[in-house]
Amino acid sequence: MSDKKSLLEKLSSGQVWTSIFRGGGVPKSRRQRMMVVLNSVFLHLHPVRLPKHAVKLKFTWCMGGLSFFIFLILTISGILLMFYYRPTIEYAYTDMIDLSEQVPFGIMREIHRWGAHAMVITVWLHMFRVFMTGSYKPPREFNWAIGVILLVLTLLLSFTGYLLPWDQLAIWAIAVGSNMAGATPFIGAEGPGSALLAIGDINFITKVSDARFGLIGGRFLGEATLLRFYVLHCIGLPFIIMIFMAVHFWRIRKDGGISTPV
Amino acid sequence: MPKATDKKTVSISPSSPPPAALNKAEAGSEVSRRSFFSWLSIGWVAFIAATGGYFTMMLRFFFPNVLFEPVQTFRAGFPDDYTKGEVDLRWKDKFGVWMVRNDEGIYALSTTCTHLGCTPNWQPTAKKFKCPCHGSGFRITGIHFEGPAPRPLERFKITLADDGQIIIDKNQKYQQEKGQWTDPEAFLKV
Repeated sequence: MSDKKSLLEKLSSGQVWTSIFRGGGVPKSRRQRMMVVLNSVFLHLHPVRLPKHAVKLKFTWCMGGLSFFIFLILTISGILLMFYYRPTIEYAYTDMIDLSEQVPFGIMREIHRWGAHAMVITVWLHMFRVFMTGSYKPPREFNWAIGVILLVLTLLLSFTGYLLPWDQLAIWAIAVGSNMAGATPFIGAEGPGSALLAIGDINFITKVSDARFGLIGGRFLGEATLLRFYVLHCIGLPFIIMIFMAVHFWRIRKDGGISTPV
Repeated sequence: MPKATDKKTVSISPSSPPPAALNKAEAGSEVSRRSFFSWLSIGWVAFIAATGGYFTMMLRFFFPNVLFEPVQTFRAGFPDDYTKGEVDLRWKDKFGVWMVRNDEGIYALSTTCTHLGCTPNWQPTAKKFKCPCHGSGFRITGIHFEGPAPRPLERFKITLADDGQIIIDKNQKYQQEKGQWTDPEAFLKV
């Protein structure tokens, strides 16, 4: 029988298939294949065509891709850690110990911590590569600025995650970091120019209303700080960084793909 | 006309092909179709194995080795700590057990309603356990008499230790409808 359809053709002409995959059946032409990629929310993230030089490891170091890959690992392992970790002074440290010593595959915590270190390194190396290859130059200067914001967000994620084990290293590291916030010009109580924001005798920048206070949620590190850093680390900063990452990746394509070796 | 302007300049725009120098290396080491597919299969097998392994890890991660809950077996004091004809609530919150003493002895009732698992309240004046969820009622013996509960409350294993203290073992339960309440360990004769 010449009109007998193959299994794939039968499957791909049913309503279930066509409602999920737009574009009408098995793609045969180059244009149809391209439309398949463009019509899928997951596949459309990839360019439909890739210039050969774009995958040259010695030019890109793959550092941007690696940073994103590590971000995904951190997201998955971080969500898993949230199932056991409670951000309170009573439980934070013991939950962390429980995770690494008793919970099956507590290596999730190790993966998360080492992944965090690795992401900071790869983001810096990505920035270094982009700088050394001149890929920040027009038309990519806006994406460079987005990248700088992503770097800052990565460091803030690293900073907020640092406190969560609630051990000595964490507490004193954040004590130092938040004291530095108190020395911020104008908005830190101990910073230069903090007395300028005042009306008459009333000073707006005080120990209980400056940048340090806003960061740690109190006069000193405590329950409020731990909860604040936890929410920022798990919800606030990831949400913001994902928005900027989407713009960053979209702009790579719109600015002409990965820059060409000169 | 000055010759300089005639000279061809190569402008590199993102869409233009890469300079020939970059393609030099590939010229000699072209990947054959056959070896491309074998590498592709190895890659997919490795990817699926790694993903499957990680999902197995994730599944196991959700079943902790150490629980931070009250133990299933506990010492409940001496028989004389309990007064006749009363329902004792001292272990209700921590272990989920009512201790009831009657003229003949002591039994340990489970505080889990047999309807859908809520915790009933002991009402001393009405002399009944009343479940707040759907209104099931149980007599002091644990026998159900009103509401949707399909069977009586369960009793736990109750024995005496060498030092004279009562030991409750929640791992062992006795159900009236199976005729298990006559078991010597379901009831402590005092």
